[in-house]
Amino acid sequence: MSLTQPVGSDHQLARLLQIGIVLEEVVEARAAKHAEETDASLDPALRDLLDHAAAESADHRRRLEGLVADLEAETVPFEEIQMLVEAQYEADEDFDGVLYDQLCNEETAYKFYDDLIASIEASDTAFGVDRERLLDVLRTIREEEADGVEEVTDLMEERQ
Amino acid sequence: MNTQAQYLKAIYLTQEQEDGPASTGDIAELLDVSPASANEMIGKLEDRGLLDHEKYKGVDLTDEGIQQARDALQNYCIIERFLVEVLEVEDFRTEAKQLEGVIDETVAERLDTIIDREPQCPDCFNAEEDVCGLLELEAEVSSD
Repeated sequence: MSLTQPVGSDHQLARLLQIGIVLEEVVEARAAKHAEETDASLDPALRDLLDHAAAESADHRRRLEGLVADLEAETVPFEEIQMLVEAQYEADEDFDGVLYDQLCNEETAYKFYDDLIASIEASDTAFGVDRERLLDVLRTIREEEADGVEEVTDLMEERQ
Repeated sequence: MNTQAQYLKAIYLTQEQEDGPASTGDIAELLDVSPASANEMIGKLEDRGLLDHEKYKGVDLTDEGIQQARDALQNYCIIERFLVEVLEVEDFRTEAKQLEGVIDETVAERLDTIIDREPQCPDCFNAEEDVCGLLELEAEVSSD
């Protein structure tokens, strides 16, 4: 259970969108690292999943960056997060470990956007970005995260 | 983090500072809520078996309450450290408080994959300074 706390200002909204960007960057960087470190070339389904996850996260990031720019806030450079991911990355994950990590990524992102949408809907603040556009972008991304959870679980079930 | 977690964290920190039960007044002050609101929530947490409340003595967390409070404190530490290390936010204490109600523990776990948190977390949290004691130390070292 999480409490729906209304987003109270442009500053707080920009901060939450920055966190969304970082989460997407973590997914993108970890997916790329998994592909590099595991023997993904032997399993086309896993390689496709990782490629798709990285591309989708890059796309989500760009859409969030558009909103952050409208709020006149700064984004978080991908290279910076990539370096942090590399510094903390543990390379001993097997196929199941990689799939599980991807599942956590997608579920976490879904939960984040779901809470963020609820917090925006609960707020009566007039933001510096069009509310409908903001919610439209976030709902679309949330939908794609839900699809992502399904894709990973399908692959997990196939391999059981 | 939800309201329950924020209360448990505040009670845990107050008990640590007092080295005993926490008074309703201190809890209300820490959370910036009215004593009546604090009392209401304390009653709910008691019903859930997370604390014992004795009139005129104060509030004592149960083992389950302590566990949940420590998890909440750890989430808070992750948010603070993330704001400092990744987003370089100067007023990270204020922002962490605004964000702890919005950032879920699953999200905090992901943010934790890119920060340098010490294994003894959350024991290194300095309640008076409202920040991880080790993070403060690092800031002092880097400013030398």
